[in-house]
Amino acid sequence: MDVRKDFPILAGNDLAFLDSAASSQKPEMVIQAMDAMLRSGYANVHRGAYRLSAEATDAYEAARAKVARFIGAASPAEVIFTRGTTTSMNMLAAKWGGDRLVAGDNVVLSVMEHHANLVPWQFLKGVELRFTRLTADFALDLDSLAELVDERTRIVSITGMSNVLGTITPVHRIREIADRVGATVIVDGAQLVPHLPVDVGDLGADFLAFSAHKMLGPTGIGVLWGRPALLEEMEPFEGGGEMIDEVGLYESTWAPVPHKFEAGTPPIVEAIGLGAAVDYLTNLGMDSVRKHDVELTGYALERLASVPAVTVYGPTDLEIRGGTISFTLADIHPHDLSTILDENGVAVRAGHHCARPLMDHLGIPATARASFSVYSSVDEVDRLIDGLAVAAELFDIGN
Amino acid sequence: MAVGLDNLYKEVILDHYRNPRNRAGLSEVDRHADGNNPLCGDKVAVDLALDGDIVSQIAITGQGCSISQASASLMSEAIKGKSFEEIARLRQLFTTMMTSEEPIVDPDRPGAVLGEIEALAGVKAFPVRIKCASLPWATLDVAISGAADRVTTD
Repeated sequence: MDVRKDFPILAGNDLAFLDSAASSQKPEMVIQAMDAMLRSGYANVHRGAYRLSAEATDAYEAARAKVARFIGAASPAEVIFTRGTTTSMNMLAAKWGGDRLVAGDNVVLSVMEHHANLVPWQFLKGVELRFTRLTADFALDLDSLAELVDERTRIVSITGMSNVLGTITPVHRIREIADRVGATVIVDGAQLVPHLPVDVGDLGADFLAFSAHKMLGPTGIGVLWGRPALLEEMEPFEGGGEMIDEVGLYESTWAPVPHKFEAGTPPIVEAIGLGAAVDYLTNLGMDSVRKHDVELTGYALERLASVPAVTVYGPTDLEIRGGTISFTLADIHPHDLSTILDENGVAVRAGHHCARPLMDHLGIPATARASFSVYSSVDEVDRLIDGLAVAAELFDIGN
Repeated sequence: MAVGLDNLYKEVILDHYRNPRNRAGLSEVDRHADGNNPLCGDKVAVDLALDGDIVSQIAITGQGCSISQASASLMSEAIKGKSFEEIARLRQLFTTMMTSEEPIVDPDRPGAVLGEIEALAGVKAFPVRIKCASLPWATLDVAISGAADRVTTD
């Protein structure tokens, strides 16, 4: 995929940037769209009767429509702009969970969840949390899920693609199991949406959360998609301007969906940036994005397998994994590995990747993680492998 | 290879990482503190047995990167049998080594100022790693002061 020229930061830097799962770089198209909005199109939205505000509102709502088309939503009203996946998950835990669940109900997660799909559920008092296990090949263990789901299960909330292992989960199968007891299915799509074609009409989820900054867009904005009937039923998360219909001193009524979930001035410029990111990805084609990930991941796994004492934590089957590769090298702590790779011009993440319980489950304190985006290259993978050789030498491994 | 890395990962560091000293638990513990670096997951716990204001025994537990664990091991050797006052002086020298523009280590007399701990001098060139090297000392401070039993360095 010959797109590196579209990313100014890559042109001006010889760093092998292998940390796109944490946050991706931005193409010129996104930078220019946000710049143009700030220079000539900016005003607050859904407020002023003057022309500039009306145009800003149109641009903001057009971005919503782009996102809706990108994920196959039937209507833009199904797309709520939030601050990001974390806010989307907190909203769901509080309003779809906290408002509706009672003591003794349970929520089923998995052991590989990001803290954003774990900690918000821990806020629910008296609600039991259950954790789906993994198979030996780091896939979601559907037998384990089926055992955990019972008549008190109200919500099944699971990542679409693990930010540590790269594991892609079978949402259709999760849906079938949840349907046996009428539980809601929530998908944390922070890693899924940037990397695979997603059609919410076919996904099998009731709610889908994702962030712009991991899909070539800006920080500060994300999405909560939900089935219309569920969004109607769910109460607002925050009160304030824009989310209201009638306001009195003691009570108020809410604006229609999606605006009842968007209190206060929204991230307007960021929405424009997300719209441009969606345009960029649509131009590439999400099938091509997926193909690039699979090819590069296959190459990286093959090269990593040739390095003595490397252990990869994640599926070997490319069909059920994305371009996020966690690994360790002998007894070198991942932080040391990260420092050594950084000195050799390779940026990887080291640590627990906001998935501490998964590290405990795997019985390791941390991993190093290389993760790809559309601009990632074979050359960068080669430089990672070269950097690992330097690390092995420094730590006297294999001698 | 970058020169800085050779200064960071010296033989002494790797030795203390792979063969950490003073890991055996104490039969009696007078002071205890847990140190934690939530960002990177480094953990160091310090148990002390005291004889007046002398640290007569020390035991370290924990896990993390080579810098944090080697620093804990080096520290444990340096402070055993020392008074609180002597430990405070070492602590001050260590902090100066990690932060001061002026090198405190004399290249002609290696080990003269801080003994084997001087092997950590190369950490200064890697600012994000200074907190790894400092975690054991911050934890020791708390154990000695008896103020709290949890430390985080960020």
